[in-house]
Amino acid sequence: MNKTRASGRTVGGLRTLSLQAPAVTLLLLWMVIPLGMTLWFSFQRYNLLMPGMTGFAGLENYQYLFSDPALWAAMGNTLQLVGWVLAITVVGGTLLAVLFQQEFAGRGIARVLAISPFFVMPTVSALVWKNMMMHPSNGVLSWVAETFGFQAVDWFSSLPLTSIVIIVAWQWLPFALLILLTAMQSLDEDQVEAARMDGAGPVAIFFFITLPHLKRAISVVIMIEMIFLLTIFAEIFVTTSGGPGLATTNLAYLIYIRALLDFDVGTASAGGVIAIILANIVAIFLVRMVAKNLED
Amino acid sequence: MTTSRNKPDEAAALSLTDQEAMATGNRPPSWLASAGTKKFGITVLGWTVALLIFFPIFWMVLTGFKTEAAAIADPSLIFSPTLESYQAVHDRTGYARFAINSVVVAFGSTLLALLIAIPSAYSMAFLPTKRTKGTLLWMLSTKMLPPVGVLVPIYLLFRDVGLLDTRTGLIIVYTLMNLPIVVWMLYTFFKDMPKDILEAGRMDGASTFQEVFFLLLPLTLPGIASTGLLSVILSWNEAFWSLNLTSSNAAPLTAYIASFSSPEGLFWAKLSAASTMAIAPILVFGWLTQKQMVRGLTFGAVK
Repeated sequence: MNKTRASGRTVGGLRTLSLQAPAVTLLLLWMVIPLGMTLWFSFQRYNLLMPGMTGFAGLENYQYLFSDPALWAAMGNTLQLVGWVLAITVVGGTLLAVLFQQEFAGRGIARVLAISPFFVMPTVSALVWKNMMMHPSNGVLSWVAETFGFQAVDWFSSLPLTSIVIIVAWQWLPFALLILLTAMQSLDEDQVEAARMDGAGPVAIFFFITLPHLKRAISVVIMIEMIFLLTIFAEIFVTTSGGPGLATTNLAYLIYIRALLDFDVGTASAGGVIAIILANIVAIFLVRMVAKNLED
Repeated sequence: MTTSRNKPDEAAALSLTDQEAMATGNRPPSWLASAGTKKFGITVLGWTVALLIFFPIFWMVLTGFKTEAAAIADPSLIFSPTLESYQAVHDRTGYARFAINSVVVAFGSTLLALLIAIPSAYSMAFLPTKRTKGTLLWMLSTKMLPPVGVLVPIYLLFRDVGLLDTRTGLIIVYTLMNLPIVVWMLYTFFKDMPKDILEAGRMDGASTFQEVFFLLLPLTLPGIASTGLLSVILSWNEAFWSLNLTSSNAAPLTAYIASFSSPEGLFWAKLSAASTMAIAPILVFGWLTQKQMVRGLTFGAVK
């Protein structure tokens, strides 16, 4: 031990290396092997139901995938799902963060209640909403609608994608709220006070002080949510199975169908590569932002 | 409308003296301007929003104590509570088996992740090199890999080595899934610890091992505990791998609950009872660690 310390830097580096080796090696394997395999399979003829058909496929899988209307339907659904959930959770989360920042009786408990859905497992959220909330005849929503004299909505048959959006937004709104509330705590109260003294109304304070202060936290929320929302799976799996037709099939669900229901490894892998590319476009921005934060 | 109207008052309510000054000063005196009304409005709004968001969970807990017939009847808060659904879930679907799988997988993967992450986070926080930042960011980027992108190879590999539908298989996946977050979170907690204490220990002749076990770990225990809890929560609620890699033997609660998606007969009360049991412990964990959790979920980008 003493001997190693004498020679300083390189030994320190060695020590660092040995301490980090397990984590780094495992993550490297976890990333490189499946990624390499996905990429490799995406250029292969490989269907588990047709063992004889093998060999290099070139871009065939990609051609097949891109000429498949299901892919474009799935891309459209993915985009809509991500876009709507983001809009609802970011706008709603910001407003709720402002609300729960105010002092009121029992605020602590109210906050805890409001962030709770984030800790509910996705299969439970989806099934509770599908059955007890959105059921066309026995659900709470239809009961409320009928009580007020409206026609009950058959959510999952007439508005399937909207139903999924509602469920997913319910799960992620608390996430946005939790992060933005934390960010609100570092808001400079003196600055707000000064602005109010100068005659700024609450709307002006919100737009010129609160919102700029939350800018970075909001972009973090957007990017993290995007990465998770791009591959929403369980909520669709237990409620609609991607239907009716392809109405709620997103990219993740399409890949699942191709891989584990059609056993078409080649096409599914090509889809996987597309999902990885999409996620990485977002990831680059997020990683950059975190890197900037590390320097401060 | 109510929201925008309440806003001025919400902002003003922050400081009572200021608020009083304004009520008499440059603002038209109205019922809105009184501090009491304002506070009342915010309280009502805050609680209404919170209760609305929480309602599905509340309703689920309630339905779990109903009979199946009462569960599909018109919504009602008045009913005679029964434990028959809990009994049925326990007897007929073998809830305990799935719960045990969840516990083993969530805690197993968390312990493993902590074991691998602690040395790594230690060296990053206390022996930083030029590459430390790059390594941290690279770890973060592995977390961005969408699981569906590697579904096919993982499934085939697991099939070939016999890990499909085993708890070991899930533990491996969850450990790797959470490892970046665990390293990152531990790193932020270790970094907050004053270096002098470790330095002093080293002066007194403590070895690295002693330094870590008798100084670092006890002092950062709260941080390690909340890191562990976050990892347990994420593993417990994970539903992509559990649905795709398990079928019956190793199925955790997420997969078990999914089996209610194609039920026979009336099942709402049973679904509710099973769901309540499945989410209760994690909800409590979540409440306990909400503050520290932000660190882990945003990789320190929001403090």
